[in-house]
Amino acid sequence: MAEPAAHPEAHAEPHDHIVPVGTYILVFLALMVGTGGTVAASYLDLGIWNTPVAMLIAVTKASLVVFFFMHLKYSPKLYWVWVGAAIFFLAQLILGVGADLLAHLFLNLGNPGT
Amino acid sequence: MSSLSEAAPAAGAHHPALRHHFDSLATQKESSLLGMWVFIAQEILFFGGMLTCYAVYRNVYYDAFAAGSHHLDVPLGTVNTAVLICSSLTMALGVHAAALGKRKATVLFLLLTILLGSVFLGIKVVEYADKFHHHLVPGPTYSVESLRDAKGQPLLEDSDIARHSEIFFALYFGLTGLHALHMIIGIPIIAFMAWSAWRGRFGPAYYTPVEITGLYWHFVDIVWIFLFPLLYLIPHHG
Repeated sequence: MAEPAAHPEAHAEPHDHIVPVGTYILVFLALMVGTGGTVAASYLDLGIWNTPVAMLIAVTKASLVVFFFMHLKYSPKLYWVWVGAAIFFLAQLILGVGADLLAHLFLNLGNPGT
Repeated sequence: MSSLSEAAPAAGAHHPALRHHFDSLATQKESSLLGMWVFIAQEILFFGGMLTCYAVYRNVYYDAFAAGSHHLDVPLGTVNTAVLICSSLTMALGVHAAALGKRKATVLFLLLTILLGSVFLGIKVVEYADKFHHHLVPGPTYSVESLRDAKGQPLLEDSDIARHSEIFFALYFGLTGLHALHMIIGIPIIAFMAWSAWRGRFGPAYYTPVEITGLYWHFVDIVWIFLFPLLYLIPHHG
């Protein structure tokens, strides 16, 4: 697995970071455990925390897929910027819509559903 | 003379996959992958918009959404989640094999990915058929007779909760349908990659199409990672 000796023209060939198969297996097992954990947690009465717990597990699983299966961990930071930008604007949407929803529910502006 | 002809391919400049407007295969690959990540950024916002819509309705009509969710088959949904994660693993191993120039392993893992993706869609067909059978498809034939509320009581026709449960199933079919459409688009692409790999089109120096297909497939897996708990696992309490 040693890097080939430096060669003036070696950089012309892509030198991809080869992720060991063991890493993929570990990520796979973590995803399976996470799936079981999500199902199990949904049967517990966690009050208002059921959905946050489910989403926390989902975000963790998604991060494992993005960083390892999709190689983002080993990729140029430019790709991180694009993923970050998408998440940033999605957060704007969710926070904006969420704030409006909360305002209707708690400030007696009327139920948005009626 | 012989040293020149040996040096030229090593430079990558004459690789058949290298387009003339790129300096090297490395630059070409980085551009291709960047394009795919931009597409994925768009997909995050595309599914994110629908999920935001779902989140609003779920918060406003929680009881109706819980009643609808409880009709979904949790064991089938769990099995399908596992099947899709397995398909992501085989896809990752397929890209891995392509990067190492293992032609037969690449083809094998890509075919396994197609098989697992097809199993997922098959289970989805069984689930959809159940919804049609119970008249849970939004529209003129929609009926809540098979739905139960938090106390196990049938929902009254024409009640608010009955009407709002139809919104749950509209979003259920919209979200899972678009997700399934992504898989239906992905499977022929993976098949084309398997065929190209079989013909020896890829090697350690050039396997970008396989890697891009992998990015697409993993993204579709991520969408399901969110859809499964949101749609199938709504607690009656909370």
